Amino acid sequence: MAYYEEDDLRRFSEVGKHRPDLFEKFMAWYEACQEDGALSRREKALIGLAVAHALQCPYCIDAYSQACLEAGSNMEQMTEAIHMASALRGGAALIHGIQAHNSVNKVSM
Amino acid sequence: MPQELPVIQTPRNGAPPSYFNFDEKLAAHGMELRAGAVETLQVNVGKLCNQACKHCHVDAGPARTEVMTRETAEQVIEAARRFRFRVLDITGGAPELNPSFRYLVTAARALGAHVMVRHNLTVMFEPGQDDLPEFFREHAVEVVSSLPYFLEQQTDAQRGRGVFQKSIEALRRLNAAGYGVEGSNFVLNLVYNPVGAFLPPAQSSIEADFKRELINRHNVSFNRLYTITNMPIKRFLDYLRRTGNEERYMRKLVEAFNPASVEGLMCRNLISVDWMGRLYDCDFNQMLELGVSPELPQTISELIPAQFAGRRVMTGPHCFGCTAGAGSSCGGAVVKN
Repeated sequence: MAYYEEDDLRRFSEVGKHRPDLFEKFMAWYEACQEDGALSRREKALIGLAVAHALQCPYCIDAYSQACLEAGSNMEQMTEAIHMASALRGGAALIHGIQAHNSVNKVSM
Repeated sequence: MPQELPVIQTPRNGAPPSYFNFDEKLAAHGMELRAGAVETLQVNVGKLCNQACKHCHVDAGPARTEVMTRETAEQVIEAARRFRFRVLDITGGAPELNPSFRYLVTAARALGAHVMVRHNLTVMFEPGQDDLPEFFREHAVEVVSSLPYFLEQQTDAQRGRGVFQKSIEALRRLNAAGYGVEGSNFVLNLVYNPVGAFLPPAQSSIEADFKRELINRHNVSFNRLYTITNMPIKRFLDYLRRTGNEERYMRKLVEAFNPASVEGLMCRNLISVDWMGRLYDCDFNQMLELGVSPELPQTISELIPAQFAGRRVMTGPHCFGCTAGAGSSCGGAVVKN
């Protein structure tokens, strides 16, 4: 069995097979999140793309790459969103260097 | 006989056989597709074009020889004279390359019709075409021009290397002639097509981007931006098949079916004429050689519009391209946002 089949994205609703009530609640919330609000659909799609990269979810990356294109974004904008996610991931790792400093300082003269 | 319908006939991956059946989809929503009164005569004067765009549903290009004759053009004008269509919409190929193009425009305007020309911008730089902005202005033609994106990379990827820079220069010349500028009545509308196998964005949203970016980057302006969905026909279908995107794209169109778009579909008030004078429900059916319903007259010389009002529109799986999302027509999105 191969992991991460492209066609599995279309089968997402099958996840609701054993508790459709919970899945329906999730989908209603998920879809409401995508609507135009204080943020536009395009901004939300770019946020989705960035988060998808931070989570490294191939389904989400596929879905939100398409969503960004269909919201009118171009690769320059999408690449900046991906860099934002990567910068946050890098920064989040790097800030833990202070933990290392603290640990070392605690036992050092 | 219609050509092989160029979309999936035997869906894979367990989709039911009727999944891509447009009429069944309409019926499931309690609808059927019938035309209203014919207001627009859309004339495709042939497949000759100075460009060979990757998404072209006409498969137009510089080597094509299918060009409307003067005799057929005169039949078009005779029909316009008899039936006084409100709009004559001239398309191609690059319609300006047809020797009868200026005759069609001049004669239709003399009859009082509103004339729209699907102008690809770069044809302005072909021999004998440099006065096009002035010609359009003299006859108060509405100009509708394709520009798939406000950046060079995307535009050239779809329409060919160098097209973007030439298009910008052509837009400058149209602006200089009074087209697409504030306070002028000369209308210049642009057309956005997705540069690939995806649906167009919301028309109002991308129009604002185009206006901002084109004025800031190139100091050119226009009136409205129309978003048009790429149709799975001819060259775009070849692209879908070559890249393994056909089924995914078709599913996307079907899943985005919007019943609210049906009422505003262009086939409901338009008749399309091909370079040989044959009649179709739309330019897409024309490229599939899917003529008007067989019980109706089949040529422009036999056309009686009253017989076409209320006609059953001929459909195929490609019709999902016009009903996806906000819908798509020659005038852009059908469901305004």
